[in-house]
Amino acid sequence: MSGHSTYQPSNGFAKWLDARLPVGRLVWDSFVDYPTPRNLNYWWTFGGILSLCLGVQIVTGIVLAMHYTPSAAAAFTSVEHIMRDVNYGWLLRYMHANGASMFFIAVYIHMLRGLYYGSYKAPREVLWILGCVIYGLMMATAFMGYVLPWGQMSFHGAVVITNLLGAFPIVGDAITTLLWGGFAVDEPTLKRFFSLHYLLPFMIAGVVVLHVWALHVVGQNNPTGVDPKSKADTLPFTPYATVKDGFAMSVFLILFAVFLFYMPNALGHADNYIPADPLVTPSHIVPEWYFLPFYAILRAVPEKLIGVLAMFGSIVCIFALPWLDTSKVKSMRYRPQARLYFFIFLVVCVILGFCGAKLPDDQVIPGLTTFVLVDSDLNSFVWLSRVATLYYFAYFLVVMPLLGLLEKPLPTPETISSPVLGGEHKD
Amino acid sequence: MLRKVTLLAAALLLVGGPAMAAAKAHEPEPVAFSFEGPFGRFNQVQLQRGYKVYREVCSSCHSMTLLAFRNLGDPSGPFFDPEYSAEKGLTSNDNPVVKALAADTQIPDLDGETGDPITRPGIPADRFPSPFPNIIAAKASNGGIAPPDLSLMAKAREGGPEYIASLLQGYGPPEHGVTLAPGQHYNKYFPGGVIGMAPPLAVDKVSFDDGTKSTVKQQAEDVAAFLMWAAEPKMEERKKMGFSVLIFLVLFSGMLYASYRRVWKNESH
Amino acid sequence: MAHTAVDATNPAAGDDPSRRDFIHIAAITAAAGGGLAAVWPFVAQMNPAADTLALASVEYDLTKIEPAQQVTINWRGKPLFIRNRTPEQIAAAVKDDGAALRDPQTDAERHKEGKAQWLVLVGSCTHLGCVPTVGGGEYGGWFCPCHGSHYDTSGRIRKGPAPTNLVVPDYAFLSDTKVKIG
Repeated sequence: MSGHSTYQPSNGFAKWLDARLPVGRLVWDSFVDYPTPRNLNYWWTFGGILSLCLGVQIVTGIVLAMHYTPSAAAAFTSVEHIMRDVNYGWLLRYMHANGASMFFIAVYIHMLRGLYYGSYKAPREVLWILGCVIYGLMMATAFMGYVLPWGQMSFHGAVVITNLLGAFPIVGDAITTLLWGGFAVDEPTLKRFFSLHYLLPFMIAGVVVLHVWALHVVGQNNPTGVDPKSKADTLPFTPYATVKDGFAMSVFLILFAVFLFYMPNALGHADNYIPADPLVTPSHIVPEWYFLPFYAILRAVPEKLIGVLAMFGSIVCIFALPWLDTSKVKSMRYRPQARLYFFIFLVVCVILGFCGAKLPDDQVIPGLTTFVLVDSDLNSFVWLSRVATLYYFAYFLVVMPLLGLLEKPLPTPETISSPVLGGEHKD
Repeated sequence: MLRKVTLLAAALLLVGGPAMAAAKAHEPEPVAFSFEGPFGRFNQVQLQRGYKVYREVCSSCHSMTLLAFRNLGDPSGPFFDPEYSAEKGLTSNDNPVVKALAADTQIPDLDGETGDPITRPGIPADRFPSPFPNIIAAKASNGGIAPPDLSLMAKAREGGPEYIASLLQGYGPPEHGVTLAPGQHYNKYFPGGVIGMAPPLAVDKVSFDDGTKSTVKQQAEDVAAFLMWAAEPKMEERKKMGFSVLIFLVLFSGMLYASYRRVWKNESH
Repeated sequence: MAHTAVDATNPAAGDDPSRRDFIHIAAITAAAGGGLAAVWPFVAQMNPAADTLALASVEYDLTKIEPAQQVTINWRGKPLFIRNRTPEQIAAAVKDDGAALRDPQTDAERHKEGKAQWLVLVGSCTHLGCVPTVGGGEYGGWFCPCHGSHYDTSGRIRKGPAPTNLVVPDYAFLSDTKVKIG
């Protein structure tokens, strides 16, 4: 999209169309001739993998909606109808359910890659924020989609999450009532969640177009964080990036297929095979794995409103990242200290996920009773998640701003091709 | 996956730790089911025995509303017969064994002319009849707690079929400190230990047509296998398709890798 | 597509004697094949589900039908006519076996042997699928109100736009008084 177009219509029809609607030129410039930095590693293939995930979710979702019934009385049995009676229904439903998890695996890798290589820094702030918007929409879509089978986890997950919004003073109750369309999660809630669950993926697709557009305006970042300076630094998207993305997608599909065909329920929860019962809550209510870190942050705070604010705040931090990081150097390849804090951050996120899956008062080290600090024993998951939450926020709000000012980065190369052709820094 | 990792980590942490508190339920005992593993398949004779246990014992209290008699004759089902398969232009509806099993039951229906509630012999398209007409009746007859539907039981409990098999054999005198009210029983595999269901199985309670010795363990494992099939009837089809898909994807990835190496061979990167 | 692009954009590819590199063609073919195979479940899911197929045959007790009466039952979501014909109606139908018929069939071909009394028909007009009314029209069989097709007492098209006779479904007598349709 940027620079001069090299598209040459190959025949009369292409020439005719190009003068009227230059879609061929658009595709050529965006996905064939588009210059990509020559040093992109496999972490850069997840953008393509994510488009594949979105496509799979939309196509399977449209097909599932042909058989699903959005009503409290029939939703659970209609899902089982898909699993048992619809031709290949089990395949389509497991694809959709596990596809959501695959989507989140890919998006987390994509985001962490951006974090590590400084892909959010000028001039890519808008690109980053659009990505964050996509992530937000994905979370909303995934949450509402999980409600649709109307199992025990669906129902009580919806109850817990919608009640979060009740924490806000004055307007809280009005918001939850509006969201439910009643006085509890019920039929109207399910119907509107279904409608929105169908709508949001298309909004995601729209924002993805903007995301790709913004990407093609500013160009891709690369492992060195140094922008391409000449033609020697780049290669045309096709075939170089296409074939690499294709290979990565195929490997990713192997992972997907292992879950889909051999452990389709491993990422889900057994309780969701029990039809929703508003009168009985499952003994241990947990969200899907991709929400667990945020759930842990929520539960780390003993006060309801502050807990909710902390949870939303943890996502706001990601949005604000371009302005929180003060470093002039993009890639952490040249920021050894930042790299250390990054890997601690990574571990902390995993710990938070771990805590989110546990009961808050469970002991981290079984059988070891220490002493009660404030409200809980120090050896409990609630305290572990508090420590982790503290690091999570400190990483964004303290480490990021200060480190950029205090650290001494390694020298960065002049151009992409200098370290590449010199053969240094291969990672 | 994360749950698996969590379990693994928890198990590691446990090694050095003291014994668990008494209130925790026992982990289910491992059973070597035929359907485990990437190539595992249901054992059809076992499913037939399991169906008999369900029909003669469980079904007097537990419904299985998602199952229809025709399912019994579906591929990988307990009474599947290749003579009555799609390849022969027939369906499980035509399977005489399935028809006979359906006809053995009475299905509530409405009289086509008068609209009066009646019962009639079942047909393959009918779903398994429920023991109670509605949930209120189910609760009233069972001390206020309705016996859960068994259609998805093997997927709806942590531990799945092994949990079911263990639970059915797990009755015994209460462990230290557990007191039982009338109508309650102690079962060490049940969360909390106190269960409303009386011990359902007994030696020779069900006579197996294939001559298998009818022990409690046998009955428990057979019905657990049957419930696993009932919860996931497409498991064999899924694993079979998965195998072809994985072979394809591995070969395809190999080809793409070769193609990728070819494209990039003159470019340093 | 990729292999041509290799040639177009990569000057180094010119060194390669085989311009159409086998491995690229193989990979693209595999991608196309895999993609096509993956489409099938998405198409097949629209075919009737197992529970729909399970209910596709119905049994009916004929003793409920009085002479000269017709019952309409729901079969696969369509109306199914079961008519108990009087001797006069049968005679009228047989008499017209030799008439100029648009879709020639004898009456005997349209009922089971020895069961001339019972006519079982799919109650959809062969023109555009409306439900014909019984006893109407110029031939005393059925008349379709939508576009004016006249059927005789054997369900054969006699006048109007419909191209063929009312369809006789697959059915069998389980006993003298019980039929199974489908």
